[in-house]
Formats: sequence, structure tokens, C-alpha cells
Amino acid sequence: MSKQLLKGNEAFAEAAIRAGCEGFFGYPITPSTEFLEYMSRRMPELGRAFVQAESEVAAINMVYGAACTGKRVMTASSSPGISLMMEGISYIAGTEVPAVIVNVMRGGPGLGNIAPSQGDYYQMVKGGGHGDYFPIVLAPASVQEAIDYISLAFDLADKYRSIVHVVVDGNMGQMMEPAELPPMRPLPKTAPDWAVSGAKGRPPRALSSIYINPYDEEITNLRLLKRWLEIEKNEVRYAEIEMEDAEYAVIGFGTAGRVASSAVRAARQEGIKVGLFRPITLAPFPKQRLKEIARQVKRILVVEMNSGMMLDDVTAVVQGRVPVEFYGRMGGVTPFPDEILGEIRRVASNAAPVNGNAREEWIQRLETIIGGQA
Amino acid sequence: MQETSIIISGFGGQGTLFAGQVLAYAALENNLEVTWIPSYGPEMRGGTAHCTVIISSEPIGSPLVRRPDVAIVMNLPSLDKYEPLVQSHGVLVANASLINRGLERDDLKHIYIPANEIAEEIGMSRLANMVMVGGMLYLKPILSLKAVQASLERHIPDRHRKTLPMNFEAMERGYAFTQEALVQTAS
Repeated sequence: MSKQLLKGNEAFAEAAIRAGCEGFFGYPITPSTEFLEYMSRRMPELGRAFVQAESEVAAINMVYGAACTGKRVMTASSSPGISLMMEGISYIAGTEVPAVIVNVMRGGPGLGNIAPSQGDYYQMVKGGGHGDYFPIVLAPASVQEAIDYISLAFDLADKYRSIVHVVVDGNMGQMMEPAELPPMRPLPKTAPDWAVSGAKGRPPRALSSIYINPYDEEITNLRLLKRWLEIEKNEVRYAEIEMEDAEYAVIGFGTAGRVASSAVRAARQEGIKVGLFRPITLAPFPKQRLKEIARQVKRILVVEMNSGMMLDDVTAVVQGRVPVEFYGRMGGVTPFPDEILGEIRRVASNAAPVNGNAREEWIQRLETIIGGQA
Repeated sequence: MQETSIIISGFGGQGTLFAGQVLAYAALENNLEVTWIPSYGPEMRGGTAHCTVIISSEPIGSPLVRRPDVAIVMNLPSLDKYEPLVQSHGVLVANASLINRGLERDDLKHIYIPANEIAEEIGMSRLANMVMVGGMLYLKPILSLKAVQASLERHIPDRHRKTLPMNFEAMERGYAFTQEALVQTAS
């Protein structure tokens, strides 16, 4: 099958269908609405389940129930909608059933706006719901990559009985790009051995997140943790551009990483030896490779569309080995490549240590830019 | 081919988003890399709409640019916004039907096309966008007129298929208008 010009949200939805998604439960919210809209048309065509719930809280609990049957199920929403789902997400994690959740992130906190953002990094990567659990978080940076990683998300969810968040932002949901969809995967004929299916001819099974006895809960926590350590060992993914001989590294994910790739290529034209490191699994975070990079380069620039959330994960790994600087735009503002190019030039000519906190130095530069815009 | 960034901007209903999609389809069908991204925010709800199309032979990083190589401006607010931003020696295609001022810059390759009047002559006022695309293709021949027409033929929604000859004519008229205007200026 050849490449077609595909709109982000619609392509993501079709990718989920082709990966074997048999149930979609959601509630519309910009900028992810086309995902649900597409599902509302396609899922009934295929005889699969689609429900537009009365709220996000209802939708995630439908995902929870449907996940217990062992079928591939999902929801898609945007930031405030994901916040509403957090209780259910924690229950799904506690019950150890697989689910794929797509977050097309927008500006916040609060009602915020509908513009593209990466401000949900902490919420997605650090859990977001209550209790001891570890979601897998995938952050693709193009329509094609999102198609590929939504397929992978279902595989990982099944393999580890885990929640897999796929995080993109409004840019990726709304843009059109040439991409190729995979063939339709056949649906499995049998259910996994933990799934509930009516208990005909076998002893009943129970799926729940309740462990009244703390010792039982602790055993569950330990099981989740050991599974997470397996995931950390096996499932790290990232992409790199021009890193082989790089003296400076730009680190960014999703749209920010993609915009940074333009800046990195432009900087190379100017003779600056800079490369791009783009984590695709935000969790598990690619710590090992980042440690190697910290031994290779003189300085690191983290670029995000938030206030420096992945920055904290980067500095925790780099541990002061090289200076780590930051450039971010917030509130639904997407940086332009020329802004990041300017930052690369500055970083490449700056040998001074970062004074105190990388965020404080960035805030001073950002306030000048924002002042110029007002 | 070098990366070319195009912003198409106008009122909602002027077909700016579709004009961009036609270019995007043509780029894909001529083996180029392309991104198309619309404005979808509150500004769109306020009545203006624009899209950014980037076409390149190399993989495309940012789908957004601050300073486009080409701006197609369908109305005065769009000219006010994008005239200062177009790259030095870039291309500006302005809709003379709705813009009553000249350019402040003298470093742009530009054309004022009475796109609404031409579209009305063809018999379909909604085709001003295709007139403008035709003019742009003369000034910035990143794709041939024929290639864009072929892609339009493949992707025009069925309910509009009967307007295809008028769409073709609109592009051709925009192209020819620009060609003639520039030949006259040169002589």
C-alpha cells in the first residue's frame, strides 16, 4: 500500500482499528474530536463497539469494563478530558488490564485553550492517577510514527497488561502528512487466560483493583514494579539525528523534537556540530543512551512546549556531568525553528556553567521574547 | 528541491484550507515530502483561516514557519499580517479584489490578482482560491500547473466534481494573468 495524505486524528483512529481495536469509548473535546468522529463512523461499519459516553468519567469506566474481556479497547481525549479520566485510569492499572489512551494535548492548566501543548508531561509520565503504578508513555512526532506507535501501544498493553498512553499534541492531531497505514490485523479467536467471558464450563474469574489486606496490595505493587523493571529493560525507544559526531545535543520529544530537527539541520549548515536526541518512550525514559550522550557532548539544550518537565528527567540522568540548558514555550505556543536555532547558536558559543537553575536563565530570555510580542 | 513554505490566508469560506490541500496532494503525488497544517484555534472561529504547507524533497521537521517563502493573501488583514513576515525575495500573491493598498516592501516578487472578479467571470465566485493558486504557480513553479490540476481531479469531492472544468479554468486564468502582468512590467 502506498502513501496517502492523511489527517493526524483520522489516521491515528484508523491505525487503532487496524491494530485490532474492538471497542472505543469517548467524549468529544478539541483538538482530538476528529478521532472520536472517525471512530463513530468506522467502528459500527466493522461491527465493533463505539460509544459516545455522557462524560469522560463514564467513557474511561466503559474502557475499564471492556478491557476486562481481553479485547483491545481504547479512548482518545485531550488534556482536561484526560484529567477527568484519571480515577478510572488508576483502577485499570490496579486491575492489571490493558488499555490504550491517546492524549492530544492542549494548553493548560484548567480550561486553558485548544492550542498544541506538552504541558501534560508530568501527568502522563509520572502516573497522574493515584497509587503505585507505571504507565508506558509513547510520544511519536509524525503522522506515520503515530500510526506505527499506536499499533505498538496495543501490543505493549497486551504484553504487560499495562496502560499505554500515546501522547501527541494539537499540531499532530490536526496536520496532514503523507503516511502509510498497515494492513488490517485479524482479530484474535481466543481471549487471554485472565479475561472474563461468562465462565461457561470453567471456574469464575474475578478482576478487581481492591486489595483490602495491605499485604495483598503490597504483593500486587511488587508485581507491578517488577513488570515495570522488565519494561524499562526491554521497551526503550528513541530517535536521533546527526548525533554521531555531535558536540552539542538538543533533546526534545513530539512536536518540539520535530521543530528542533529543523533547527539542528540549519545549525549543521552553519557548521555547528549539533545533534538531536528525541525520546519516543517518555516512560520508560531512555536513561542509558542519555548517559552516553552526556559523556559525548559539551552541552545539552532541552526543548519543550511546557515549563521544563522532561528537563527534570534529563538533569536527573545527566547529574551535572555537562551543563543542561532549557528553552520552552508554554500555554499552547509552538516554538518556530528560528527560535531554537538562535538557542543552538547561543548554547554552542556559551562555555559558562549554568548559574543555578536552567529554568531561571530561560525565564529571563523568554520574558524578553514575550515582551516583544505584546 | 529546497524546502518551500507557503502560507495561505483569508476569511473563513474563501477556501484557503482546501487550496493548501490541493498543493499538498500534488506534492505527494510528485514524490515530494509535504506537511499541511491548518489554523484551528479561536482565530478560525473569529472568521479568519490560514494553513501552512511545506514542500520539500527532504524529510520535513517543523510543520510551522514564522517567515514563509510564499504568502497567498486573500484579504487585507492577511496582507497586514504576512507582508512583513515573507522571506526576503520571497513571493507574495495578493487578492486585488479585496485589498486596497499596495505593498510597503520592495524586495518581494509579487502579484495583485483580481481573483474574485476573475472567479465571477468564470461563473463561480468561490473559485478565487484556485485563481490565486494559479498565480502562485507562475511566480513559484515548485509544481507544474498540470500536476496540480491532476491532483485536484483525483481529490475533488464528488459533490463538486461537475465544477472541475471551472476549477481548471480558474487556475489557468490566475496563471495567465500573472504571466501577462509580469511580461508587461518587464517590457
